[in-house]
Amino acid sequence: MENLKTKYNRRSFLKSSALAGGGLMLSASWFASAKAAEKIDALNLPEHWNELTAYIKITPDNVVKILCPNPEFGQNVMTSLPMIIAEELDVDWKNVVVEMGPHDNLKLGPQFTGGSNSVRMYWKPLREAGAAARQMLREAAAQTWSLPLGEITTKAGVLYHPGTKMSGKYGDFAEKAATMPVPKDIKLKEARDFSIVRKSKKNVEGQKIVTGKPLFGLDYRADGMLIAMIQHPPAFGMKLKSFDAAETLKMPGIKDVFSLKLYEDGFEQGGFDTRTFNDLLVTVGKTTWEVMNARKKLQVQWEPIGDTKETMAGRSGKQEVVIPAGLESTTTQMEKMQEYAQKPAQQLRKDGDPEAAFRNAAVVIERTYTAPFLAHNCMEPMNFFADVTPERAVVAGPLQAPGWAEPTLSKLLNLPPEKIEIQMTRMGGGFGRRAYPQFMYEAALISQKMKSPIKLIYSREDDMTYGIYRPMYTATYRAALDANKNLIGFHVNGGGIPENPVHANRFPAGAVDNYLAEGWQIPSNITIGAFRAPRSNFNAAAEQSFLDEVAEAMGKDPIEMRLELLERAAKNPVGKNNDYDAARYAGVLKLVRDKSGWNGGKDGKYSRGVAAYFCHNSYAAHVVDMVTRNGEPYVERVFSAVDCGVVVNPDAAVNMVQGAVVDGIGNAFYGGLVHKDGAVQQTNFDKYRLIRNQEAPKSIEVHFVQNDLDPTGLGEPPFPPVFGAVANALYKTTGKRHYQQPFKSESASS
Amino acid sequence: MAKYTLKINGKPRQIDVDPATPMLWVLRDHLDMPGTKYGCGIAQCGACTVHLNGTAVRSCQLPVSAVGNEEITTIEGLSDNGDHPVQKAWLEHDVAQCGYCQTGQIMTAAALLKINPTPTDEDIEAGMSGNICRCGTYLRIREAVKTAAKN
Ligand code: FES
Ligand code: FES
Repeated sequence: MENLKTKYNRRSFLKSSALAGGGLMLSASWFASAKAAEKIDALNLPEHWNELTAYIKITPDNVVKILCPNPEFGQNVMTSLPMIIAEELDVDWKNVVVEMGPHDNLKLGPQFTGGSNSVRMYWKPLREAGAAARQMLREAAAQTWSLPLGEITTKAGVLYHPGTKMSGKYGDFAEKAATMPVPKDIKLKEARDFSIVRKSKKNVEGQKIVTGKPLFGLDYRADGMLIAMIQHPPAFGMKLKSFDAAETLKMPGIKDVFSLKLYEDGFEQGGFDTRTFNDLLVTVGKTTWEVMNARKKLQVQWEPIGDTKETMAGRSGKQEVVIPAGLESTTTQMEKMQEYAQKPAQQLRKDGDPEAAFRNAAVVIERTYTAPFLAHNCMEPMNFFADVTPERAVVAGPLQAPGWAEPTLSKLLNLPPEKIEIQMTRMGGGFGRRAYPQFMYEAALISQKMKSPIKLIYSREDDMTYGIYRPMYTATYRAALDANKNLIGFHVNGGGIPENPVHANRFPAGAVDNYLAEGWQIPSNITIGAFRAPRSNFNAAAEQSFLDEVAEAMGKDPIEMRLELLERAAKNPVGKNNDYDAARYAGVLKLVRDKSGWNGGKDGKYSRGVAAYFCHNSYAAHVVDMVTRNGEPYVERVFSAVDCGVVVNPDAAVNMVQGAVVDGIGNAFYGGLVHKDGAVQQTNFDKYRLIRNQEAPKSIEVHFVQNDLDPTGLGEPPFPPVFGAVANALYKTTGKRHYQQPFKSESASS
Repeated sequence: MAKYTLKINGKPRQIDVDPATPMLWVLRDHLDMPGTKYGCGIAQCGACTVHLNGTAVRSCQLPVSAVGNEEITTIEGLSDNGDHPVQKAWLEHDVAQCGYCQTGQIMTAAALLKINPTPTDEDIEAGMSGNICRCGTYLRIREAVKTAAKN
């Protein structure tokens, strides 16, 4: 058993009111009233709940309600996080009902979905919550039965005293347990005793999803709710000059057209308050179709915006950021990147004497890789509901990090946080896009102005052209080989618009004596942000293709070559701060090698590519098997190996890895956003190619490294190495190395 | 504005809307049936799929004025208790990630199996190719269609 001392702040985090009857229940909210789970109906839940910790309520009927703290965007947290509580609470999963929690950072923790952190961040706190509640129940039984606490055991929601054969359901003791103090010492289970965690459980919202219940932000409704849409400038670098709404206002259902400033000058924006366009031209009406149509009749003049200043809250106080003027095009962006790549860059890490290594090298390999801006293209376009009055605000919708949005919303509306209620709906995808709450602020300001509940909707075109994109990147890699084809020097110089992608302390840093990492960036007015495994999603493509080429030049198998380097990094690491565990990194490569029956570049009809990567604290490797189908390269089969510690919900984890593989293949082949004079050229799925059913592999075999390590990230880590593995298989298939994404460039060429 | 009486999920429903309004928005905004999803509005993603006399159509491209007496079935009416073989297969394979595309996928699959009860792998891939899943659940979608075909 693991003994944990609960810290003071942790205790307040665990403890909630001991009131019977749901102090925390969203009984009046949209979720609980209109959308009560079928499961709840089936179990005929009584009014009476006994709340044990902030997360857990138990009824006299032994039904256990568990609140999910984190917003769900498809990563399965609504199932996997409650599983962690249920494990330590020791209840029968059949009796568990899950509900999305309210937004309450004091009671439910950080409530942030992103960075592959949900399970990692909540693993200990939720186990503690479950274990604390279990112990409170045991104490209640011990007192009721006048028996020593140490002799009270539990099994699947029932308390036992083996000596006297006394037993009772949790539900019978829940009311008393709720009055017990939260225990100071909590014992957690050993991994070998897990009976819920590590056993696949079906998505708790599965039934609602397949029957089309209103789960998503776009499905949210309230009485008297109006629909709002925003007309944004046709290009980055432009702003609103003037407009004439006369024709629009004549259209049926239209209530108002107005312009609105998102942030006043000098407003201090939070870290995720990336703003796309600041002047909003808003059309409000009764229904979506009416607003969509009427908006087309707006007569609008746009003008270049010039250099603009934004005030951002930085780590060391406020900082001013200058956003440059200009109408950027992909062609000029490419030229600029080439120009910057030649300039002296910022040194990020240096080991040994890389200059000498390259001077003395028998062979130098140098390759340059590029990748385009990417749009997130969440299946559910951005949207948010807001109902703002002078006294309070209710906002509801799909958002990854409500806690980060609240301070800004509070300032924008001039309402204290306790007057703001944020409801978290299920998200139709996130991929990082929904960490940036601009659309929520927009909705709130529009509601405030209209004095009415409104739902702001981005059309698909708005969503794609009004984005916060994956940046455009490039990197030049150089390898120095001595006369015996040993790798003696490694150099990466990477940059991007507007950020540098290089992770200087990642593999192969630590494995090469002479190493240099450099970076640079080009400011831009095109808004960028996190996209599934930020930076890694480019690095893994570039670096893993490059290593493949280096292995070939060294005359080595690409897996063996990596394993040799990793062995060096494990036994005798070069430099400090290597941020990966070389043994775990090697572990996924060995697992994928064995499971795929790796035998170099060929397996029957397949051309094979391999890649591995470490990010978000987890390790992933893929072998991609490619064929030529109808004259086109096609990934028919994939083997994946992942080390993310304990896998909480295995079947859902497999689904997530398979999805990452499909997403990676899609983006590697087709993904890319093109700008022309500041305007995004792809406005909808007819021009922005997403991977489709028949383009996904026939099989994706997923293997997890079995260990008892605390869980780490899963949503992101399997994604980046897909790009590298695809590139390497493409070389084996076509005989040609591919350096520019997307590899099938129908989408990003113009 | 014009008045229509539509047959939706076996029931007559009256509405008064602009004749050009796509069924997608009639369902979502006027009839409070949000199971039919908006994804692109231009017949590219399949999120808005419904059945028109049993055939899968893109409701974002179907103006209410074109419906007439034809029978519309939405995900809300595919089965009484969410137990259509396709829905059951979807749960068995735990297909969904975010879930947003899945009602459209299910409606396409149900219509596909009606005209082709024993589809080959190629039939399934081709039949489902108009429905985008941004989360990449395509492998499970195919398996679920196969399971539903067996039942
Ligand atoms: S919304 Fe109709 S096909 Fe995309
Ligand atoms: S499950 Fe998310 S788009 Fe398909």
